[in-house]
Amino acid sequence: MTRSNRDYALLGRDSKLAEEIGLISAEWYHSEIPRAQMKELMKRSDQPAIRDTILWIAAFIVTGGLGVYFWPTWWSVPFFLAYGVLYGSSSDSRWHECGHGTAFKTQWMNSAVYHIASFMVMRNPVKWRWSHTRHHTHTIIVGHDPEIIAMRPADLPRLFSAIFGVPDVVSFFPELVQNAMGRMPETVASYIPEQERPKVFLVARIHLAIYVGVVLLSLWLGSILPLMLVGLPRMYGAWHGFMCGIMQHLGLAENVLDHRLNSRTVYINPVSRFIYWNMNYHVEHHMFPMVPYHALPKLHALIKHDLPEPHPSILSAYREIVPAMFKQFQNPDWFVKRQLPPTARPYRPEFHGDLEPGQPTPGIGGYPMAAE
Amino acid sequence: MPQWVEACSTDDVDEEDLIRFDHDGRTFAIYQSPDGKFFCTDGLCTHEQVHLTGGLVMDYIVECPKHNGRFDYRTGEAKGAPVCVNLATYPVRVEGGKVLVEV
Repeated sequence: MTRSNRDYALLGRDSKLAEEIGLISAEWYHSEIPRAQMKELMKRSDQPAIRDTILWIAAFIVTGGLGVYFWPTWWSVPFFLAYGVLYGSSSDSRWHECGHGTAFKTQWMNSAVYHIASFMVMRNPVKWRWSHTRHHTHTIIVGHDPEIIAMRPADLPRLFSAIFGVPDVVSFFPELVQNAMGRMPETVASYIPEQERPKVFLVARIHLAIYVGVVLLSLWLGSILPLMLVGLPRMYGAWHGFMCGIMQHLGLAENVLDHRLNSRTVYINPVSRFIYWNMNYHVEHHMFPMVPYHALPKLHALIKHDLPEPHPSILSAYREIVPAMFKQFQNPDWFVKRQLPPTARPYRPEFHGDLEPGQPTPGIGGYPMAAE
Repeated sequence: MPQWVEACSTDDVDEEDLIRFDHDGRTFAIYQSPDGKFFCTDGLCTHEQVHLTGGLVMDYIVECPKHNGRFDYRTGEAKGAPVCVNLATYPVRVEGGKVLVEV
């Protein structure tokens, strides 16, 4: 006998169970930081994000320009590979940081980059702002977090196709058309206030018009070159975002109230940190989402004594993630049990510290058993 | 019936910062603006009821520590998603180095 799958539906069975056992609207653990230091860390500045955005735009112009110049020869390939990562992966981190409103001090700058990045990463900026607040309120709580990348047990074809953005793109366009027609799924409506919904529809119409324009231009030119610059890089350049995104939570405990236990901090190379805007400090980001990306290394240095040991490399993280994924095929309740430093204070251990990997969350252990 | 109560000393709140004040089973936030004036709002963000005291004060804006919802703490006005509902505000006066709020 094996356990059947969990119910990740936002209005489903596990959603109700999580409410019943007190996982919802609950307090989460925070490491102690003196207020003066916290204020310093949260302090906003335009300068780092302006510098990074100028570099970002310049990189787009150079790689895209040379890609077009050498098109359709093989010489264009390396330039499009780089352009694709900028478009399909770095847009995710710009979307993320500017969505939090922390990248720039000046709010219109956050808003401008947020909207451009949302278009590139194929997310409705209004809808996803709400989705992401849910992710922060209920980080990988089954039935409440709409942004769980890999559910248990993992859907491997879906997961591998995500290296090229396939699931996102495939789900994006039907919903884009639906939104452009003034409708949205009930699950999405569950986390978007009614007064915000017209904005979802308006943005969908604008995005749809741009995509129609690019497709028509490609047809008129008899070339996929316009689509190589707009749209397709969301697929051929998605791999870096996938590689980093997987590291955030996969394999770690679901249904806990402590980001030290359900999020992963990984030391990565400087190029990836630029693309990913320091989101490799993911425990720190979730614990203090108001700290801008450029201050996360400082925050990490300040609280690392209270956190599990970070992974020293991407490879090290994957050495934990891949076996965990396979163990979860045998038992979806299996999780990587994070070891807190001896001096760290445990928090709500009934959801994690008292459990051994493979044991279900108390109160959410009532899955129907499926025959092998 | 609203009454004036002592919330804190003026020295308890730094300029461009806030502190928590609990009274009679309710929770509030007391602010000092960059120009040295004091204000009081409900303590919990109207979005998901997170206490604002861990948040950031920038000029006349307070930002919620959880989802970065922004309010003008002088008027309680919600400044955009993810906050849609204004914060309640309360009259404040300063007497003899004490901050009094009418709650």
